[in-house]
Amino acid sequence: MSKPKVATTSLAGCFGCHMSLLDIDERILELVELIDFDKSPIDDIKTFSNRCAVGLVEGGCCNEENVHVLQEFRKHCDVLISFGDCATMGGIPAMRNNIPLTECFDEAYRSGLTVYNPDNIVPNDPELPLLLDKVYPAHEVVKMDYFLPGCPPSADTLWAVLTALLTNQPVELPYELLKYD
Amino acid sequence: MAEKLTITIDGVEVQAQPGQTILDAADGAGIYIPRLCAHPDLKPIGSCRVCTVIVDGRPQAACVKPVADGMTIENNTPELLEHRRNLIDMMFVEGNHFCMFCEKSGNCELQALAYRFGISAPQYPFQFPAKDVDASHPDVMLDHNRCIMCARCVRASQELDGKNVFQSIGRGFERKIGVNGERDLADTDMDVKDRAADICPVGCIIKKRVGFEIPVGERKYDHKPIGSEIEEGEYV
Repeated sequence: MSKPKVATTSLAGCFGCHMSLLDIDERILELVELIDFDKSPIDDIKTFSNRCAVGLVEGGCCNEENVHVLQEFRKHCDVLISFGDCATMGGIPAMRNNIPLTECFDEAYRSGLTVYNPDNIVPNDPELPLLLDKVYPAHEVVKMDYFLPGCPPSADTLWAVLTALLTNQPVELPYELLKYD
Repeated sequence: MAEKLTITIDGVEVQAQPGQTILDAADGAGIYIPRLCAHPDLKPIGSCRVCTVIVDGRPQAACVKPVADGMTIENNTPELLEHRRNLIDMMFVEGNHFCMFCEKSGNCELQALAYRFGISAPQYPFQFPAKDVDASHPDVMLDHNRCIMCARCVRASQELDGKNVFQSIGRGFERKIGVNGERDLADTDMDVKDRAADICPVGCIIKKRVGFEIPVGERKYDHKPIGSEIEEGEYV
């Protein structure tokens, strides 16, 4: 029997949750015994090549590309996991949610203290994904099956959940592994 | 010598004093009833409803309901757990609770209750309301993003500090904590040594220059759930 496939992605996140996944240290050798990575920044595979058992989603949705990727994940993965505070609650990117979008653009591209932009242009190439009105946690865009809060969730938390899922055990986190910071 | 009363909480007989609230009687017996707005040094107001129990078939706030002989009380039931989880969930989505950079994280009672109830993500849609931060005072900061309207600060200022720094203003979703000053907290007689400065269950009222003093791993709720001290009988 071939090994189950795991896909991962970082949407509106900082890659900190992926770093935490790498923090499982030498247990990553056990992990690759259990699984193969499919689409993921870890192996740099850009598109889904197989149906995946588990999709790990870091970050919420701040632009239309995030929404597209998240919908692709839902389509190709049996179980989708929100991992990290950005995916579960919006996180740091969601701090812009009660600031009007034009003010965000002005601060970033026009009036910010360190901005040099003599033409006063806000980047508008059609290749660039459009920003959403707000940053949405992943489960407000597609159905998510599990939630792992934490900024980032600790390597032990990720390890406990991944090994439970991949060995058909119930996912139950001990008190000390459920943290929001 | 006052007579003793007997009440039953989840099938366990508990001795209580006349005039005690259900919450106090349960605490004395080592039974934890979750609560947020209640504080041992303040008069209870029954505002957050997290301590709701079923008394002889009817829901009551344990922090304000006095005991009566023969009361039968349900506390730790799946229905009440769900009710309490829903309340905590709503408090999370109705504010802007960014635990990852909040000084109160690890010592926050709202967060600790969510941990105790095993909430991994709120189920309600996030509101992301626009709220103010009042950093005018030299020693104390007021961050309305994190306020859960428990009114502990209002009561502490009046009952313990003999002042009247805080007041709740507005109605419904617009309700907020206001300050009794010309404009901001700096215009009041608030002092960093006031009880009101350290009675906030969340990170709304924060003392300046002491943030993140306690390292991760040594904070109040890092290893043991909120309520453990009551269940272990260490609570007086």
